[in-house]
Amino acid sequence: MNEHNASPREQGKRDFLKYVLGGGLFAWVVSIVYPLLAYLTPPKQAEVEVNSVKAGKLSEIERDTGTIVRFGNKPVILVRTASGEMRAFSATCTHLDCTVQYQKDMGVIWCACHNGKYDLNGRNVSGPPPRPLDEFKVILQGEEVSISKNA
Amino acid sequence: MTKLWIKLYRWVNERVHLEDLVEFLGKKYVPVHSHSVWYYFGGVSLFLFIIQVVTGILLLLYYKGSEQLAFESIQFIMSKVEFGWLIRSIHSWAANLFVLSAMIHMFSVYFTKAYRNPREMTWLTGMLMFFLALGFGFSGYLLPWNELAFFATKVGTDIAGVLPIIGEPIMIFLRGGEEVTGATLSRFFGFHVAVLPGIFTVLLGIHLILVQRQGMSEPIDVENSQTAERKTMPFFPNFLLRDLLFWLLVLNLLAILAVFFPWELGKKADLFAPAPAGIRPEWYFMFMFQTLKYIPAQLWIVDGEVFGIMAFGIAGLLWTLVPFWDRKSSRGEKNLLITYSGMFAVMYIIILTILGWRS
Repeated sequence: MNEHNASPREQGKRDFLKYVLGGGLFAWVVSIVYPLLAYLTPPKQAEVEVNSVKAGKLSEIERDTGTIVRFGNKPVILVRTASGEMRAFSATCTHLDCTVQYQKDMGVIWCACHNGKYDLNGRNVSGPPPRPLDEFKVILQGEEVSISKNA
Repeated sequence: MTKLWIKLYRWVNERVHLEDLVEFLGKKYVPVHSHSVWYYFGGVSLFLFIIQVVTGILLLLYYKGSEQLAFESIQFIMSKVEFGWLIRSIHSWAANLFVLSAMIHMFSVYFTKAYRNPREMTWLTGMLMFFLALGFGFSGYLLPWNELAFFATKVGTDIAGVLPIIGEPIMIFLRGGEEVTGATLSRFFGFHVAVLPGIFTVLLGIHLILVQRQGMSEPIDVENSQTAERKTMPFFPNFLLRDLLFWLLVLNLLAILAVFFPWELGKKADLFAPAPAGIRPEWYFMFMFQTLKYIPAQLWIVDGEVFGIMAFGIAGLLWTLVPFWDRKSSRGEKNLLITYSGMFAVMYIIILTILGWRS
């Protein structure tokens, strides 16, 4: 028996089987692929929301230096300028994710990976970085220096 | 003794008809012409791959793939395990020679247009293996968990993340999270020792079967030459012995490099330290790395890095698909456009690599 001389009733039965089997096959593939894809996606780790961290004592932070401070699980760079002013920025280069450092002789924040430079206001001034560094707030409470998100 | 071998051969032959294979090998000839030397680099790449499998398995006996233990376990291999320094050094050097040899193999096939009809599948499997080799290099680079590796991985995976739409999910998949952490190390370890070798072995099998089945390609002008008698050499034993001699030379070179220039381990990765000055990737990624330094932050309406990555992606795709758009070579005609673009690619890679090393 071939498709051409199948009666409409026969054809209906065939279509029905086609959809049931096709649908079944599709569901079967999904039931295998979906768990696999879901498994490959790393679960969201419960991150402790950090709003501010202590960065040390003012007297211990020398002028014309920069230090990396751990802010949750992200690095933040705390710069004390030659004139004694304190500034903090995200230490993650906006180009390709390297960690920046303070360069004394050039007086800039510098990324070693692709020679990106930021001025001491966090603005990208030379090299490939496309955006300025995010700024953080530096809070002085007596001797205590702390850094907090720029809300 | 000879009798025993003959007996064994007969025993196997009765069951699987080895004589077909012996006859095939006996009838296999390799063309001899002025470019024959390039035929050896496929074999050299194969040899280096075998070395990587052997030394890789040896390293697995002591290596520990975790954030706390990876660096220390390699320190242990290099200082406490007898000849551990040698095995690790060979693995690192052979990795570099492997990429180099595969590159020479690829360019020689490209310039002699050996990818042309009917060898498109051989070229495709070869290119896929080349990309896998780069994947091997990139994933293996992270495993010692040192400072250089850490930042190279940050940059490399961030580059994937720059791609529109699919970039972010790919980056998270590679890193095993938003950032490069111990989770990334676990994943890269898995890719390096299980996923990539598995896929590579299948492709290598297809590649070698195709080469056996179709025989060696000849350059177009040799194929077109009207001289009645073309020179050939029997594969077995003439070519095979030359192959083995080449392998021995490579093994000697490898031993010299591994002993006199042992591979450095560097400093353990610190997730909260700035990227060290003078950071650079492996030499085979250098030309891309250097290009990214030159592209300005904004180019027309796109980010410079997006532009650079898309440009390399498109160039790589065109390169991989060359058998399908180079119609002239398949018809046995000269195609100078292909030759010149290949020369441009080689010059570009060499010049930017030198610039990268000097900066």
